[in-house]
Amino acid sequence: MANIKLENINHSYSLKTENNSWAVKNINLEWADGGAYALLGPSGCGKTTLLNIISGLITPTQGVIKFNDLDISNKLTIERDIGQIFQFPVIYDTMTVYENLAFPLKNKKFEEGFIKKQVQKISEILDLGSILNNNAKNLTVDQKQKISLGRGLVRPKVNALLFDEPLTVIDPHLKWLLKSKLKELQKQFNTTMIYVTHDQTEALTFADKVVVMHEGEVVQSGTPTELFEKPNHLFVGHFIGSPGINILPCEIKENSAFFLDYEIKKNVNIKSIKDKNIKIGIRPEFIHFSEIGIPVDIISVRYLGKCKIVDVVIRNINLKLVLNDQTHVPEKKAHIKFSEKYTYLYSNNYLVN
Amino acid sequence: MKFKWIIPTLYIIFLMLPIYWLLNMSFKTTNEIINTFSLWPINFTFENYIKIFTDSTWYMGYFNSLAYVLLNTILSVTAALPAAYAFSRYKFVGDKHLFFWLLTNRMAPPAVFALPFFQLYSSINLFDTHIAVALAHCLFNIPLAVWILEGFISAVPKELDETAYIDGYSFPRFFIKIFIPTITAGIGIACFFCFMFSWVELLLAKTLTSVEAKPIAATMTRTASTAGYELGLLAAAGSLTILPGAFVIYFVRNYIAKGFALGRV
Amino acid sequence: MNKVQNNKAWFFILPVIFLVAFNAVIPLMTVVNYAFQETFNNNIFTWQGTKWFENILRSERFYAAFGRQLLFTFIILLIQIPLGVFIALSMPKKGFGVSICLVLMSMPLLIPWNVVGAMWNIFALPRIGFLGHYLALLGFDYNFTQSIYAAWFTVILMDVWHWTSLVVLLCYAGLCAIPDPFYQAAKIDGASRWAVFKYIELPKMKKVLTIAILLRFMDSFMIYTEPFVLTGGGPGNATAFLSIDLVKMALGQFDLGNAAAMSLVYFLIVLLLSWIFYSVVMKGEDK
Repeated sequence: MANIKLENINHSYSLKTENNSWAVKNINLEWADGGAYALLGPSGCGKTTLLNIISGLITPTQGVIKFNDLDISNKLTIERDIGQIFQFPVIYDTMTVYENLAFPLKNKKFEEGFIKKQVQKISEILDLGSILNNNAKNLTVDQKQKISLGRGLVRPKVNALLFDEPLTVIDPHLKWLLKSKLKELQKQFNTTMIYVTHDQTEALTFADKVVVMHEGEVVQSGTPTELFEKPNHLFVGHFIGSPGINILPCEIKENSAFFLDYEIKKNVNIKSIKDKNIKIGIRPEFIHFSEIGIPVDIISVRYLGKCKIVDVVIRNINLKLVLNDQTHVPEKKAHIKFSEKYTYLYSNNYLVN
Repeated sequence: MKFKWIIPTLYIIFLMLPIYWLLNMSFKTTNEIINTFSLWPINFTFENYIKIFTDSTWYMGYFNSLAYVLLNTILSVTAALPAAYAFSRYKFVGDKHLFFWLLTNRMAPPAVFALPFFQLYSSINLFDTHIAVALAHCLFNIPLAVWILEGFISAVPKELDETAYIDGYSFPRFFIKIFIPTITAGIGIACFFCFMFSWVELLLAKTLTSVEAKPIAATMTRTASTAGYELGLLAAAGSLTILPGAFVIYFVRNYIAKGFALGRV
Repeated sequence: MNKVQNNKAWFFILPVIFLVAFNAVIPLMTVVNYAFQETFNNNIFTWQGTKWFENILRSERFYAAFGRQLLFTFIILLIQIPLGVFIALSMPKKGFGVSICLVLMSMPLLIPWNVVGAMWNIFALPRIGFLGHYLALLGFDYNFTQSIYAAWFTVILMDVWHWTSLVVLLCYAGLCAIPDPFYQAAKIDGASRWAVFKYIELPKMKKVLTIAILLRFMDSFMIYTEPFVLTGGGPGNATAFLSIDLVKMALGQFDLGNAAAMSLVYFLIVLLLSWIFYSVVMKGEDK
């Protein structure tokens, strides 16, 4: 078990290190021992690269990796004591389930008795006990994925377990079972787990802390609530939450922020905003109908069980509102109001404090 | 593992040595070949090549070879396409036995068939024509083409066929307009292998021809035995037979590995 | 894939059946004709029953050729398969090296077989050939037209040169089809290089290796042109493999009855051995 620290990690797959060729850049992260983390981002954002850097499958072009404050940047994968589970289950076809689980221990030259005890224990936890002597080749995908997981857990000392979109090929009804199993294991073993995914629900339900990546950079890292209530970057607002954040044009006049002609935030510190590219970001959940406020036309209302989504428009600018199903929606014309606390200004996509 | 590249390099050097020696010989005069040993031609000469390009028995040999090889490639792949489609998509009486029977023809030693082939093609007056060799080579090229194409076709989801029917395509139109373009890679690989096996085969080609359609490779053996030991000429002719193969490989190099991976293998 | 029962599919197969049957069945019938009958000119046949077969199966000549054939096939499989796997394993997986390797390694496969024989003849000639010259310099008494060992050495080296690339290409294609995570997982599990080969690469190559062995077995068993051009079967009958002996008998001595009977026996042996090998491997696959 270990606390993992990444310092100034940059990695490029090509030899030329021009600015735009970085697969991941400026990564500074700390993962506490025993935490459940998620790395969230769209495909191609560099999350798998980052994962492989931690496990040592990729040596980063620049930067330092520390386990428990010990620099392990130059250590081999096997010396790092990491478990990694891939998108597609990797099993050794010619071996039985038992041999598969025992494989990492055999390579580390543990005694036969210890291996047996350890495999027995893990197979029980993963409900693989009854098929230990079966050939691993003909199992179902979820069983195979459990074996890959087992090969990580079976070691007496695991610094971290890394998951690379492990549920992609699992049937939807088994996904949920396997996900709860993971969560349970995380509590039981108290191992640091890092879970890479592009699915916000998976990330937000699994992790205590979510790291959102975008184009090779970490744009925000925080609890699911923080990501929702105070997105640090417009990408986070857009990627997390459904529907995503409303992004609106903004004008600054005398310490106040205006949307069209309506003042929506007071006491804005202008000095800190020199850039002209300023946007307003407000989540649909934090806009309400009110007696006075911004006049809008209502386009449509969609009912989604416990809530409804209302599309409104003002001068060709579309906005979305999420209301709970009890709320009355006026017909055609209405006024809306933004909760000032959750209305944020973004300069060049980053939050302005 | 830093020196891993040494192994393929050594192997390639081993492969290239006889070819280099053939080229080396082809630029020497017969006199030089027999009397001295040298790693490169001392009296560099194009004489051997000039002879080949000016003597019609030589250059017609190339023409004949290319003619029946191309004819065979077209014939084999055209016939194999619908068959491979049928094997891949339908169950029918005797399908498995038929497939195995086709494959057994690859196992028939051509030497066994040499004489009967001669009699057969003589009796239908096709002896010494390009079409005779092209037809004879179908014996081993069609099974191969069916086998390769079946693999590629099975990799194409059946939904493609169904969608096309729903869209109102007739079968022939669907096959030509939609299906064939989706398996061009497979057709390319099949053509490549048909070309290759027809180009390198000699026993049947030699048996079925005498003058009019005589392949280049046969011209070589006959020259070797009749005109004494004209090694330089033989080397030049041999070097020229390597060219079409090298040319074809260069064009399909990216497909080869992919083809193996996607096809039957 | 679920296949649809449809007997009309036979129409798709007809051209293929016609072309192959024309080339396979009629000549085969001719061979069968010769094998059971005797003929002095083309029209009069007399029934001989199994006489020719008994002749062949009792003749030392057939067993000698068969023995040489088995030995040759065994040796080249023993060299080409491991060598091919080994070279495929050490080939680059990406970059410009891949194309170079593929193009250069495929070259021997695309040279007409008699040119291969002629090329090796020129290459191995004593005194004036590259191989002959340097082997003599190294102190070997090398002359493939006179010494049995030199002839076998040359024929085997030629076949290794000619066909190892086929094994390499097949194995390389098999290796390329292994997804990266398998190697990554092995690294994480701390597997040794040997374990990676034994538990990942070899099992994944099983199918291509079966095909490679089958092809090499069948083709080497039928080898004719290359050794014929290189050694002509000599010295003596030392490199007269089954096909060479057969053609000698049929065309050289015009002994059609014996040659036809031998052809059929020969064909059946290839068929039987291929079938046994294929079903053994496929049975192992199902378990």
